[in-house]
Amino acid sequence: MFTYYLRLAVTSMRRTPVLTGLMVLAVAMGIGASMTALTVLRAMAQNPYSHKNEVLRVPQLDSWNPESAYDEEGNPPDQFTYRDARALLDAGKADYQSAQYRTGLSIQPEQDSLLPFNASIRVAGSDFFQMFEPAFRYGNPWTRADDARKARVVVLSAELNDKLFGGENSVGRDVQMGDERYRIVGVLEPWLPMPRVYDLQEPFEEAEDAFIPFETAVDKEMGAHGNNNCWRSPEKPGYAGQLESECIWMQFWVGFDDVASVAAYRQFLDDYVRDQKALGRFERPLNNRLSTIDEWMTRKEVVQRDSRTQVWIAFGFLIVCIVNTVGLLLAKFLGRSGEVGVRRALGASRRQVFAQFLIESGMVGVAGGVLGLLLTGLMLAGMRALQDESYGHLTRIDTEMVGITLIVAIGATLLAGLIPTWRACQIAPALQLKSQ
Amino acid sequence: MLEMKQLNKVYRTHLIETHALRDFSLSVREGEFVAVTGPSGSGKTTFLNIAGLLEEFSGGEYWLDGVDTRGLNDDGRSRLRNEKIGFIFQGFNLLPDLNLFDNVDVPLRYRGLPAAQRRERIESALARVGLGARQKHYPAELSGGQQQRVAIARALAGQPRLLLADEPTGNLDSMMARGVMDLLEEINDQGTTIIMVTHDPELAARAQRNVHIIDGQVSEVERGPQLGRREAATDPNAAAA
Repeated sequence: MFTYYLRLAVTSMRRTPVLTGLMVLAVAMGIGASMTALTVLRAMAQNPYSHKNEVLRVPQLDSWNPESAYDEEGNPPDQFTYRDARALLDAGKADYQSAQYRTGLSIQPEQDSLLPFNASIRVAGSDFFQMFEPAFRYGNPWTRADDARKARVVVLSAELNDKLFGGENSVGRDVQMGDERYRIVGVLEPWLPMPRVYDLQEPFEEAEDAFIPFETAVDKEMGAHGNNNCWRSPEKPGYAGQLESECIWMQFWVGFDDVASVAAYRQFLDDYVRDQKALGRFERPLNNRLSTIDEWMTRKEVVQRDSRTQVWIAFGFLIVCIVNTVGLLLAKFLGRSGEVGVRRALGASRRQVFAQFLIESGMVGVAGGVLGLLLTGLMLAGMRALQDESYGHLTRIDTEMVGITLIVAIGATLLAGLIPTWRACQIAPALQLKSQ
Repeated sequence: MLEMKQLNKVYRTHLIETHALRDFSLSVREGEFVAVTGPSGSGKTTFLNIAGLLEEFSGGEYWLDGVDTRGLNDDGRSRLRNEKIGFIFQGFNLLPDLNLFDNVDVPLRYRGLPAAQRRERIESALARVGLGARQKHYPAELSGGQQQRVAIARALAGQPRLLLADEPTGNLDSMMARGVMDLLEEINDQGTTIIMVTHDPELAARAQRNVHIIDGQVSEVERGPQLGRREAATDPNAAAA
């Protein structure tokens, strides 16, 4: 009977193209608006490292001004001083650890056809690659030994390798960055962790063009191209003063092979701060954190309240569209009282009439869902055109969202069809047959 | 085939109570052709709707082909209606979006017959009413008489034991009406029980028995002049007002 009902639904929809078009459009507009908002929210809120949520951690130490907290909520600073990052790296208490920051270098290509250009550089420890798992197209990460000896080595992004070497395997070759040549040890596959968890100062930026060792960058006195906050001025001038200061300018991540090690590390952090207190630093109360990725994303408000509000508004609009569809379906179904009467007289039970009309509602939902997907695509394309480039990654619809869109569209329309369908199957056949 | 005993049907609103049928008793035997006549508002259509299981009754008994219809739920009533009863309406009540084949197919779909069996029955029914070559036509492309023939084919395709006809010639000219009546008689000759509501005394005279309803009660039962034409199973004493 299902295929029979489907055929009847198509016939009915073709008989009243304007009414059908209005219903499909109403569903599609509601779906388009809500799915656009939901796509952006999901992209913002997803944790691309959910499988490592418990074992990848962000330490926070409250090295801030004894007179006032870092923020109104009393949280510890969300970045590290070099001194503390250095100390934690040297202690090596975590299975994996990386102090990191973003900087930039000018690249001088060997080809005459390319002019020198500035590239964004992620400064990190070799463990960064174990922790955040970018896939390598060629080569490997540099080693901890490379870190220790401040080697001039680099891992290129796929895009930079394409630009400089036409996508060839460039491992072993050199690239001139700033005033030195760096040996290429690895080339990544295209990589777009979204949000960019490892640096939530700018969560929706693309990954950097290249990665170089932390020790190398410090040796080369490379500054950070990111936030640099100080609660008191550095006592010495220059890069050495920056390293010794209480300014926070780098991120610090730790990773563990198993979650059981987390408690010991938490204890280590507390012990470290107590030791520092004895040396006259960390005058604020003990306020350490060792956040999971989810906690860190919440703390950094990756999903802003406005984005959630937009989703609520969009779903409110969907409800309005669905209410309109209820009205249109009601008008359409009650206009077919005669047909219901005939079908009932010829042996259709109320359940069979209910199924027939509900499937017709579902068909409107399918059509509305497909059109809604197209509208979602258009709206997201519009957002990409209007917004900052960095938001482009948020406005891509994936297969999961396509599935969700269709399910929401069909579900919402079936829900919308319930009342009209119920009314249709309550029609008294005898009355309709006489009035035909 | 059909047995109604002391049947009552009351329509209630918050202001008035209307007795459409009052202690209505009627028995129709298998193979009979019964005409039901009566003035407007006498209860003819209510009787037909209850006979066709389209309306429930307020009290009494209704047995259809040995089945007590009291206490049947909607599914049970629908199944019984689909299997035992064919309808022919004054207004034909064909579905305008469906071609003749699909119109005749409707009751068979609800019976859940396999496709090949449905096709065979549809083609046979349309051929029987002389429209075998017009399966793909739509109702709007046919004359009134032809539409009523399609409605008859639709009723016949289900091979019903009981055919209920409500003013089947009411919308037709006399020529077409005669054709439809000839067809109904032919169907009755082949054993299908027919109950026909009509205002037309000429048509009523072609039935084996006339049941006259006034004020929701059977007031008079007459043998029709056609009774002698064939051996009827009518028992004039079976019906009682």
